[in-house]
Amino acid sequence: MTRRARGRVPVVLLLPAVLGLAFLVLPLVGLLVRTPWSTLPQRLAAPGVLAALRLSLLCASLATLLCIVLGVPLAWLLARIDFPGRRLVRALVTVPLVLPPVVGGVALLLVLGRRGLIGSWLDSTFGVTLPFTTAGVVVAEAFVAMPFLVIAVEGALRGVDTRYEEAAATLGASRWTAFRRVTLPLVAPGVAAGAVLCWARALGEFGATITFAGNYPGRTQTMPLAVYLALEQDLDAAIVLSLILLVVSVAILASLRDRWISAP
Amino acid sequence: MTVEAELLVRHPDGFTLDIALAIAPGEVVALLGPNGAGKTTALRTLAGLVPLSAGRISIAGRPVDDPDRRLWTPPERRPVGVVFQDYLLFPHLSALDNVAFGPRSHGAGRARSRERALDWLRRVGLADQARHKPRQLSGGQAQRVALARALAVDPALLLLDEPLAALDARTRLDTRAQLHRHLADHPGATLLVTHDPLDALVLADRLVIVEDGRVVQEGDAATITAQPRTDYVARLVGLNLYRGRADGRTVRVADGFTLSVADQVDGDVFVAFPPSAVALHPYEPHGSPRNTWPATIAAIQRHGDNIRVQLGGPIVAAADITAAAASQLHLAPGAPVWVAVKAAETRAYPAG
Repeated sequence: MTRRARGRVPVVLLLPAVLGLAFLVLPLVGLLVRTPWSTLPQRLAAPGVLAALRLSLLCASLATLLCIVLGVPLAWLLARIDFPGRRLVRALVTVPLVLPPVVGGVALLLVLGRRGLIGSWLDSTFGVTLPFTTAGVVVAEAFVAMPFLVIAVEGALRGVDTRYEEAAATLGASRWTAFRRVTLPLVAPGVAAGAVLCWARALGEFGATITFAGNYPGRTQTMPLAVYLALEQDLDAAIVLSLILLVVSVAILASLRDRWISAP
Repeated sequence: MTVEAELLVRHPDGFTLDIALAIAPGEVVALLGPNGAGKTTALRTLAGLVPLSAGRISIAGRPVDDPDRRLWTPPERRPVGVVFQDYLLFPHLSALDNVAFGPRSHGAGRARSRERALDWLRRVGLADQARHKPRQLSGGQAQRVALARALAVDPALLLLDEPLAALDARTRLDTRAQLHRHLADHPGATLLVTHDPLDALVLADRLVIVEDGRVVQEGDAATITAQPRTDYVARLVGLNLYRGRADGRTVRVADGFTLSVADQVDGDVFVAFPPSAVALHPYEPHGSPRNTWPATIAAIQRHGDNIRVQLGGPIVAAADITAAAASQLHLAPGAPVWVAVKAAETRAYPAG
């Protein structure tokens, strides 16, 4: 036994710490305990579950893709171009992070709804309607998840020595070429981490989705929505769906362990 | 001339760089000066990484920066190659792809660029390391890859920013010799920025010495080492330097203090002599025609096999004496000594 040089851990600190840990872990344990393991295979094979899972994975992946396509250039702009109002833009980008998702859903409806500012134009010009469609789910998830990606990528970009971009320029590379061949590969780990966080956020999205896209099985009913619905009809079904989301979340955490949860 | 430039950059903090440069094809010019003199800023204006406040730059007969005419060419469209102080090799690319980056960006295909890159790696003796990532290269190897990368775009102007500063003493010697060979083969102009006089003397055909944003002296190595014109240059080449007014063979270098010199000069002049020409005596020496004066010892250092003594008194001077000579003296900071310098060992030249 090694003797503790600093004495005992004070109870005032130890007790809340243990309580806090229990508070975080016990509900998950409860979920595992209550899982109907014997009927799990049949329940997983139920048509509604698979449809919701497929839709969730599809929408979260498409939303992540959308966030990468729009968010990486936005992060680059924030990190590299000194324009007036940059601080304001950065603040605006993070708004969806703190905004209650249901408010985001309402806002999306007002702008992209059939009678919304842009939605009515989309409808009359292209015949495209977003609310209450699968595309609407993707839009709602992307709206809520994009700040995660932008913040992660901007941080990564700020960590890259801009003189690499200068070196690329002296070698004849345009700014676009320098971005594509030098900057982007250097921030690739940051983009990957941001994309995973973004995907996890999109997968769990509930408020904005149900407000903007509704809850139609097979079309807009993602896993979190299915859990909510099942809770009122069939508790075991809700538990199984929750278990699946828990497994996916833990898998994401495991894939990020080196980056986010290893303390220095 | 490959490069004709009048560089004027005003920094917000008050520093102003104001120098003119002209470099012929095949010529290697060293921009030599203390840290903070504005050397790197000058290099960055030529590369297009810092815009001029005023003045103009033309490279290979084409104007690339001329604020008066609102003309500015971005770095990627200037015919330059840059070796940065810490090389800035792209860490995610192999040595080969680092060197191929330039040709690739200039529109050569992937295969053609790699072929060209391999050829350059061969020339710097690193064909075997082509697949290595920068972190697998030693300092000297990384420096050579950086050189190959800069030369692979056939630059009309090659810019080197302290190319040897990041290397240890031993690697530096070899790398300097190789760099000298490659610079001799380079048909374009070369500007070398350094604070190391040895790099400048070995590598450059001509030296431009910059202090505090201005050119204080320029010329070939022989002229500059024989006739320094500022304290900085004198220290670089290891000479005692004084400015004064000459009247025949005597030069008044300080209030009431004159030096006898061998050269016949008049007017505003510099007088220089090496520390090895300075002798120290415990008592006032007599005899052959020479300058003598009493001084006090300010500092004592080892200097090669000799001992360098910094002297205060009517004029500041450095003396190099042998250990044997030192044993005859009471060497301690603050101790009085007599200083003697033969007129024949001084050089005087016009300061105008």
